[in-house]
Amino acid sequence: MTEPLVLGIETSCDETGVGIVRGTTLLANVIASSMEEHARYGGVVPEIAARAHLEAMTPTITAALAEAGVTLQQLDAIAVTSGPGLAGALMVGVGAAKALSIALDTPLYAVNHLVGHVGADILSDSHLDYPTVALLVSGGHTSLLLVRDLVSDVELLGETIDDAAGEAFDKVARLLGLPYPGGPEIDRAAIGGDPKAIRFPRGLSQPKDLEKHRYDFSFSGLKTAVARFTEQRTDQGGSIPIPDVAASFREAVADVLLTKALAACADFGVPRLLLGGGVVANARVRELAAERCAAAGVELRVPPLSLCTDNGAMIAALGAQLVMAGHPPSMLDFAADSTLPVTLIQA
Amino acid sequence: MLLSIDTSAGTSVAVVDRDRGIIAEAGESDTRRHAEVVGELIRLCLDRSGVPIAELSGVVAGMGPGPFTGLRVGIAAANAFALGAGKPVVRVVNHDGIAWQHYAAGATGPLLVVTDARRREVYWSAYDGADEFGLPRRTQGPGLVVPADLGSAVTGYAGFSRFDAAEASAGASGMLAEGLFEHGRPFAGKEPLYLRSPDVTIPGAPKRVTG
Ligand SMILES: [Zn+2]
Repeated sequence: MTEPLVLGIETSCDETGVGIVRGTTLLANVIASSMEEHARYGGVVPEIAARAHLEAMTPTITAALAEAGVTLQQLDAIAVTSGPGLAGALMVGVGAAKALSIALDTPLYAVNHLVGHVGADILSDSHLDYPTVALLVSGGHTSLLLVRDLVSDVELLGETIDDAAGEAFDKVARLLGLPYPGGPEIDRAAIGGDPKAIRFPRGLSQPKDLEKHRYDFSFSGLKTAVARFTEQRTDQGGSIPIPDVAASFREAVADVLLTKALAACADFGVPRLLLGGGVVANARVRELAAERCAAAGVELRVPPLSLCTDNGAMIAALGAQLVMAGHPPSMLDFAADSTLPVTLIQA
Repeated sequence: MLLSIDTSAGTSVAVVDRDRGIIAEAGESDTRRHAEVVGELIRLCLDRSGVPIAELSGVVAGMGPGPFTGLRVGIAAANAFALGAGKPVVRVVNHDGIAWQHYAAGATGPLLVVTDARRREVYWSAYDGADEFGLPRRTQGPGLVVPADLGSAVTGYAGFSRFDAAEASAGASGMLAEGLFEHGRPFAGKEPLYLRSPDVTIPGAPKRVTG
């Protein structure tokens, strides 16, 4: 089997994603998002996300099959995210995928969400070489990986020790009176702002922190610094320079993300950096990544945005790679594991 | 013949037939392992029953009431199995399955089914008896209350014989579904019976970080 037809199911956060690939070719990528239902709460509410997954699952699978022009009976394998992510949300996808695979008598692959983000790049036209450093940034995770082989050798270099970067965008947007989700709002608000106007802290970047947390991230101090700044301005009776705050905050996030990612490239002698996760939608993150990578002679890979945010196609793509590498299907008793380590590419 | 899945308490799966009864049933009472065990239990029941998937006429989903995280796993599995097998899904209130089992075992008269809802609350449903086909007639509920309030929540509470069920049998809900279908009775609706809103609070103004 050289070009397996694989359906991927992703329910780790607030997107119900179903994708279909044939080998490395994308056939369908359908996403039902419950984002709007979370807006009034200023962040993803796990129970609301899980309820939405249950409602969206069957229609999303059906829509993906129609988009790909294939039937369930033609599938060679099913892949599903078994972790990491929100436990209740993951369980919906896992329960559905197991039952679907039994009903169809089709092999089932339980795969790692973070490695799935790396797998998304396989669906682009040109192929990624390994090893690569991967920076995966969303509202749910902020992780730096060293990928020597997509299906057999992925190492976690570092991750956030508090908030995910996407969460920091949401929280700072709230401080500035901007709606959820914060990423695009901060981007808009930053237009015309001076990224150097306020020097916000870069988390875990001091020499003493770097010893223990060279590749780890922290955004809660940054969020507090923005709050302190806006409170002081308000207390002094001044107005908050929203464009400057947004631009300076965004600069601090982008700077720390890319400084650490490129440090990893340099330390490990890896001339490639792959970006993934919804924060890639942020214009300044992409721009700074291009600048820094060009300066360092590092090849930058950014999959199309529809494959960067959480989606089922990346899960299908990783599943197809596992099939093509001859890996056996997962045992039927795998769990939804909210803290699945990245070294477990397949559960 | 029906494949029946109920995760309103533990995880219970069965293959049932109107004439042959419960052909195979398997369960796991652990209330934290639904997603882990549901696949193996489906496969086990299909294997034990010897019924090929093609010969099933549908899939039964227990719609609750039940604690939501687990409840959803069974409904998701029932929907997905039905999609894969090209069969319809029929839905039942799992308290009705418990009541069906109670009456099938010879009980008569008013019955109050009570199950654990966690967080020191219970789910309840009240029945005035079974009809001529043994199908339970639910007259009140399902509802959700703290145990101390059951007496005031259920009209005529003292007249019911109360049954506290620790488990829900997919075999019983499957047989109930066979009966509902045979006698043209309505199935449950598409909405899971969570009976509880998600825990959320609308955020207020951000808290101050400076004194
Ligand atoms: Zn993600």
